[in-house]
Amino acid sequence: MTPLASYLLVSALLFSIGLAGALTRRNAILVLVGIELMLNAANLNFIAFWRYGPNPEALTGIIFAIFAIGIAAAEAAVGLALIISIYRHYKTTNLDQIDSMRG
Amino acid sequence: MSGEVTLPFFVLSVLMIIGAAAALALRNLVHCVLALVLAFVGLAGLYLQLDAQFLGFAQILVYIGAVAILIVFAILLTRSTESHSQSIVSPSWGMSSVVSVAVFGVLAWTIRSSVATRHSIPPQPDVTVKQIGNILMSRFALPLEVIGLLLTAALVGAVTIAMQDRQEMK
Repeated sequence: MTPLASYLLVSALLFSIGLAGALTRRNAILVLVGIELMLNAANLNFIAFWRYGPNPEALTGIIFAIFAIGIAAAEAAVGLALIISIYRHYKTTNLDQIDSMRG
Repeated sequence: MSGEVTLPFFVLSVLMIIGAAAALALRNLVHCVLALVLAFVGLAGLYLQLDAQFLGFAQILVYIGAVAILIVFAILLTRSTESHSQSIVSPSWGMSSVVSVAVFGVLAWTIRSSVATRHSIPPQPDVTVKQIGNILMSRFALPLEVIGLLLTAALVGAVTIAMQDRQEMK
């Protein structure tokens, strides 16, 4: 197996773990953690393709990953603020109990 | 480096995968964040393995220094009162697990059968922080400004959302 393929495989495993966590956990904070892990898996893919791609001098992979880290930081801040706001209203972060908008 | 999987790569990958799995499987939320930090350290090590030094240190600064601390604050502010006998997974966890395993299966099968991963390994690129700074200030100046605007908006938005209750009390 080439290095690129092994990095992609590790990244796919990280993405699947993040997806499983985001879909199965009941706590809203851990769902956010799962989403962060999926974003990180995408970043690892960018860097692996940049390193083993045909033109690493262009730096596009690194720049894209830097911007993705910035977006992920903004997303984490807003997401956690939303979770704290929801907790104040419902006194829980359990996603099963926050169902007042169910039709 | 030949086509073999090297030892540092193996150790860092195992560290990262174990950390990520523990972060989403443990019951105690503070333990979850500690495992998440372990996963981020492993990922930063993988970035260093891939000759992206700046990104490795940015990963440590942003994720371990800021995001993990932010998650700890959120966990401490939202001490949930749920009992220990309650399940930590949602009722539909079986279907979700099947979906996740299927996603991993499709991705792994695609990677195994892809021709894009069979290129020869290019020589090690030497990327300095100076080069990254230059390209951020020239070719990617507009995206940099936009991300600055986005971060400002996210900062103001997060504060506004989290302070909502206090304004209603007055």
